[in-house]
Amino acid sequence: MDLIRIRNVKKQYKNGVIAIYDLSLNIAKGDFVFIIGPTGCGKSTLGKMLYREERPTSGEIIVGGLNVAKLKNRKVYKLRRKIGVVFQDFKLLQKQTVYENVAFALEVLGLPKAEIHSKVLKVLDLVGLKNKAKNYPTQLSGGEQQRVAIARAIVNGPKLLICDEPTGNLDEGTSKEIMKVLEEINKLGTTIIMVTHDTELVERAKRRVILLDSGRILKDYAKGTYRHESV
Amino acid sequence: MKAFRILGRNIRDSFKSVFRNFSLSLASISCITITLIVMSLAIILSYNVNNFVELVERDVTIVAFLDNDVTDEEVDVIRDSIDSLGYIDTVTYSSKEEVTTEIKNSSETFSNIMASWDETDNPLQPTFQVKVTDIDQIGNIADEIKNMENVDIVKYGEGMIEQLVKVFDTVRKVTIGIVIALVIVTAFLIANTIKITIFSRKREIEIMRLVGASNTNIKIPFILEGLFLGALGSIIPIVVSVYGYNALYNNFDGQVISPFIKLIAPQPFITLVSLVLLVIGILVGMFGSWRAVRKYLKI
Repeated sequence: MDLIRIRNVKKQYKNGVIAIYDLSLNIAKGDFVFIIGPTGCGKSTLGKMLYREERPTSGEIIVGGLNVAKLKNRKVYKLRRKIGVVFQDFKLLQKQTVYENVAFALEVLGLPKAEIHSKVLKVLDLVGLKNKAKNYPTQLSGGEQQRVAIARAIVNGPKLLICDEPTGNLDEGTSKEIMKVLEEINKLGTTIIMVTHDTELVERAKRRVILLDSGRILKDYAKGTYRHESV
Repeated sequence: MKAFRILGRNIRDSFKSVFRNFSLSLASISCITITLIVMSLAIILSYNVNNFVELVERDVTIVAFLDNDVTDEEVDVIRDSIDSLGYIDTVTYSSKEEVTTEIKNSSETFSNIMASWDETDNPLQPTFQVKVTDIDQIGNIADEIKNMENVDIVKYGEGMIEQLVKVFDTVRKVTIGIVIALVIVTAFLIANTIKITIFSRKREIEIMRLVGASNTNIKIPFILEGLFLGALGSIIPIVVSVYGYNALYNNFDGQVISPFIKLIAPQPFITLVSLVLLVIGILVGMFGSWRAVRKYLKI
């Protein structure tokens, strides 16, 4: 059963640059997939198209039964409620506490207060930040902030978690911590797509790896077959 | 139920946001405050000028002097013909005796002189005082009355009245123009101020979209925030208008220059002005926020 089906997707930016050429790809439910490649290979564009930050010029992207390519601007929230997104720069609201940042994702759904409270505490427990609920993001380390961002992304139980360079700003030790949290979430049944350029981390994870180059899939490594070639 | 919960949270968030972004809120509030004060001045001025115009216009009277030997029946005929003209407000008749008494009462000197007159010496004529509803028609009406039988002379301050009407008309048009221009300028000024303050919250909007807030869901707190900013911004202008106008009115005892030119009584006028200021503040705040946030929802 595929959660994501991408058919003949092409993306050309307004300035004429072509980021993706005729790309097709299936991703199964519950999988953990890395998308890697050199700078400018189109991996970030591919990630952005999955959560409808960008629209493909042509082709079809189906995420959990929703045709993302044809999704109207007004309806984007329908997709965003089904998926979670994590970024390199965390994108937390600096003026709100950890608890408020996470609760925010549930408040827009209109859940009752008690339900929000129990869900937020549960997910903060999962990422190991229960005792920092009342802190503000500026009082946390980079790794902790990223865990808050992950908590916010998964608090409404999405089927898919898209991570765009989640470890890009973090040192090796912290990156490992983040990976541990992501593995945990994947074990609970959430499909994870992670865009990264940290090939060592990718090799250690022993998962399916899609290598992009110049907007095309160069190689699709099955689970555990990827070896990072040190240059 | 769900919608009410979301609305409740929106109101809470927009309230919080006013204080969390206090320096930016202050910029918007002061902008609204200053422009509303200027607007309040313009509104008060324009209404008072209008009021002056009305008072003066209401006071303009055509005086028709009748022939000295006019009979009561002829007076009635003239009254009926004047009544049948258009734009007539009131018609008052003063007989020869009434005019004489009035002038006698007005000054002792006149009274002494007139005491020596007998019935045939008295040069005063019976008159009709006619007030009109439309001052623009005063010339035509005066002409028609003059053409009636037994009417001797008709006076209404020819020349001066026409000029006065012209000046007042211009003043009225200019003040109305100023108020309209101010409303438009204020709306855009505030829209731009709020746009700048919202620009710094681009990230917040981006995150709201990210976690699945619908566009309406994102707009409502910002629009409510504009509402709060507008309401807060109108407090000082309202206080200034109420106290300022009352003080002005009491100081001049309701009269400026001459008894003809009167200020509008503070009640209910100033309450209405306050309401108008509050409504304009709120609408303009909401409009500004809506315009500003709309820009960031197009992706």
